[in-house]
Amino acid sequence: MADRRRVNIPFGPQHPALKEPESFLLTLGGEKILAAGVRLGYNHRGIEKACEERTYIQDLYLVERVCGICSHSHSTCFVQAVEEIAGLQIPKRAVYLRTLIAELERIHSHLLWLGVAGHEVGFDTLLMYTWRDREVVMDLLAALTGNRVNYGMNTIGGVRRDITPEQAGQILTAMDVLEERTRYYIGVVTEETTLINRLSNVGKLSYDDAVHLGAVGPTARASGVDRDVRRDDPYAAYEDVSFKVITDTHCDVYGRAVVRVLELMEAYSIVRQLLKKLPDGPVTVKAPRKIPAGEAVGRYEAPRGENVHYVKANGTDKPERVKVRAPTLANVQVVAHMLKDGYLADMPIVVAAIDPCFSCTDRLIAVAHAEPRPPETLTWDELRTYGIDWYRKRGVDFTHLNRTFGNGAT
Amino acid sequence: MDDVLFQLTALFHVLVFPGFVFLVLVALFAEWVDRMLYARLQNRIGPPWFQPFADFLKLVAKQEIVPELADKGMFKLTPLVALASVVTALLYIPLWSHDALFAFPGDVIVVMYLLTIPTVTFFLGGWYSRSMFSMIGAARTLMQLFAYEIPLFLSILAPALLANTWSLTAMSHYYAAHPAYAAFNVIGFCVALVALLGKLERVPFDSPEAETEIVAGAFTEYSGRRLAFFRLAISIEMIVGASLLAAVFLPFGLGLGSVAGFVLYLVKVFAIVAVLTLMRTLFARLRIDQMINFCWKIGAPVAFVQLLIDLIAKGALGV
Amino acid sequence: MKNPGKMLREVLESLVSKPATIRYPAVTVTMPDKFRGKLDFCAEKCIGCKLCMRDCPTGAITIRKVGDKRFACDIDMAKCIYCAQCVDSCMKKALAITGEFELAQLNRDKLRVTWEACGTPALGRENEPKSTAEAAVPQTPQDAGPETNADPKNDPPPKA
Repeated sequence: MADRRRVNIPFGPQHPALKEPESFLLTLGGEKILAAGVRLGYNHRGIEKACEERTYIQDLYLVERVCGICSHSHSTCFVQAVEEIAGLQIPKRAVYLRTLIAELERIHSHLLWLGVAGHEVGFDTLLMYTWRDREVVMDLLAALTGNRVNYGMNTIGGVRRDITPEQAGQILTAMDVLEERTRYYIGVVTEETTLINRLSNVGKLSYDDAVHLGAVGPTARASGVDRDVRRDDPYAAYEDVSFKVITDTHCDVYGRAVVRVLELMEAYSIVRQLLKKLPDGPVTVKAPRKIPAGEAVGRYEAPRGENVHYVKANGTDKPERVKVRAPTLANVQVVAHMLKDGYLADMPIVVAAIDPCFSCTDRLIAVAHAEPRPPETLTWDELRTYGIDWYRKRGVDFTHLNRTFGNGAT
Repeated sequence: MDDVLFQLTALFHVLVFPGFVFLVLVALFAEWVDRMLYARLQNRIGPPWFQPFADFLKLVAKQEIVPELADKGMFKLTPLVALASVVTALLYIPLWSHDALFAFPGDVIVVMYLLTIPTVTFFLGGWYSRSMFSMIGAARTLMQLFAYEIPLFLSILAPALLANTWSLTAMSHYYAAHPAYAAFNVIGFCVALVALLGKLERVPFDSPEAETEIVAGAFTEYSGRRLAFFRLAISIEMIVGASLLAAVFLPFGLGLGSVAGFVLYLVKVFAIVAVLTLMRTLFARLRIDQMINFCWKIGAPVAFVQLLIDLIAKGALGV
Repeated sequence: MKNPGKMLREVLESLVSKPATIRYPAVTVTMPDKFRGKLDFCAEKCIGCKLCMRDCPTGAITIRKVGDKRFACDIDMAKCIYCAQCVDSCMKKALAITGEFELAQLNRDKLRVTWEACGTPALGRENEPKSTAEAAVPQTPQDAGPETNADPKNDPPPKA
């Protein structure tokens, strides 16, 4: 085995399987992955710093755009932290509406994931059907909140829009439609032979490894880790509804698919309970523009796992510090572990199985040197040589490009 | 003078009808049928009828990039070889009459080999592109070749054994004389359909060009005209493969005359294309090791069973 | 329980049912009520408190004083993120959302919209009246015509 030819291939940052820039360096022996490394940071947007420059109201819309799929999770997580600092008591109806949107978002996110998983293993028919049915909940969200993705539902002190009884009726009808469709997809996931062949025993993650590497969300729950913020540390209206935390013991991609489709069924039940119990009353309380000094942590079970926001206020209308930990950050190390000893062909589905959201994950990493180095100025040629060397050390050789473009190309 | 006329007619047959031009038109139309049906099976509208033509023209008009490290000669040559070999294969297949354009004893073997050449060119084109994804795709193409060829050869071999000939034209005459004997070959037809999916590199056997894994496999570095030729070769391969299956396993109605026979031929071919489309709608992509396992553990033994059935039938019928 | 071709019935049923996709843009799409599309500004109602400017997350909105108690509004739709916080912030309801969402433009200038009076957006900063306080501000959409629509190529379709 030792003398077998090893090939390093860079998987990303641009690759058809990845919808966002992310780099995996794979060492291959034939079709087998011998080692995998993850490199983050291709999509750093400076959101945390930008939050410090803006008022709390402006930040709401900024943190909502941390993630393009679970936007409500970030804005709710942030607003919960801010409300805790300000000591605001949110009207019960607003809390219920927040939870309602959260569960609708989970439905759309999990249906989206199921389609993406189908696409990654070449089962585009599943993608087309799940995404068609996902439109039901997307239309619902657009009607309820005013947009399909960035809902803009939260505001400090409540929610911005109330729902009418007719809309509640529409939601219930949609839930019936989606529940029937989800039953069908449960059948597809658990019965279609080619799909099971591609999902079973792929991306294995044992219970111990899941705990050790700090996996969150469906990734952890599919390895039998019974962990869900909605139940363990209830926020919003989750105390008032009953639901099961879905776990599975397959410890592979198949298990993650099963957890997600079963979570869909729980989400329908939660939405129905919320609408049944929906209290009357206002949907906002007046919030001060200036938040008193203090700090708080918001926790939220996003569709991908636990989402954490830390907010520190200093008495002005702008936060002193905002820290975002998206669930993918917790899961991305798990991916490197799961890829090892797998097949190259399984790489896309293993990465997709954590439902990655790489641009949500990218935060600034400051490398502190023990001895401060004097600033250096590199010319273009020096920079290029440095880059070529950097990659060569990691097994990727770009020297043939020298022949192509030469020095004259600069 | 007669000699010249014969050669001109032959040239017309090869280049225009039912040769190259006709084949290109039918192949592009079949590509549309495939895409349209695929879309409708997925509850989508699907592309307009001219989409494959537009795609082809677009690719032909686009700039072509040859990688610096690629073997230029091989890189440029392979698409043309692929195209030429599939078009040639059609000339030996009886389409809507009992006789193919050209026939000689042993043309079954030639057609099978001509249909193997495109797969080999995919491998060579990918390998000589010298790009990581191309080479992985090329290696998978070759692995897949060894997996599906055995069941395909065996399943075509069985009807030939029964007919006691190595010529497609002679086979067609034999089954026209004994139409009921085609019923012996139903299993072989199913195996050949599945093997054809492997040859055409379509879902569930599309791991050599799995988009989400290795970009476009062997075709990753191809662009412009040569990619258009490769794609056209695959489309034509689908038609030729379907024609071969139709000639071997569905040898009915070949004596109907040119118009009715022609229509029946198109019906047969498009029915096979529709089955291929349905299969690609229903399944997820198999990993290359799963694909090889499937072909060797299920495909090849079932094809052997077909062979046994034909041998026993041959003995029992005393032909 | 393994069942290859599990979706067979479903896909065959799709052959005869109506496709879920539509021929957009040949078929028009309407958004639900209260969809957060393009903004609308009513100059008569604006009192110039500039709360919208203060709350806008992207600085897309600018309120200018153009006369005695008269205000014009510039919105850069390339910056606008359609959160409609300005609509919530406005105490006089001078700002409103419309369901209009097909806003793509090839020319960046066309994304800058100026409202001088109720319901008559004029595109492009170059179309602004040169003077501010002493300029006679158009009172009605008809009056606004000749001055703000100087460049016919920049004209938006007249609003109903």
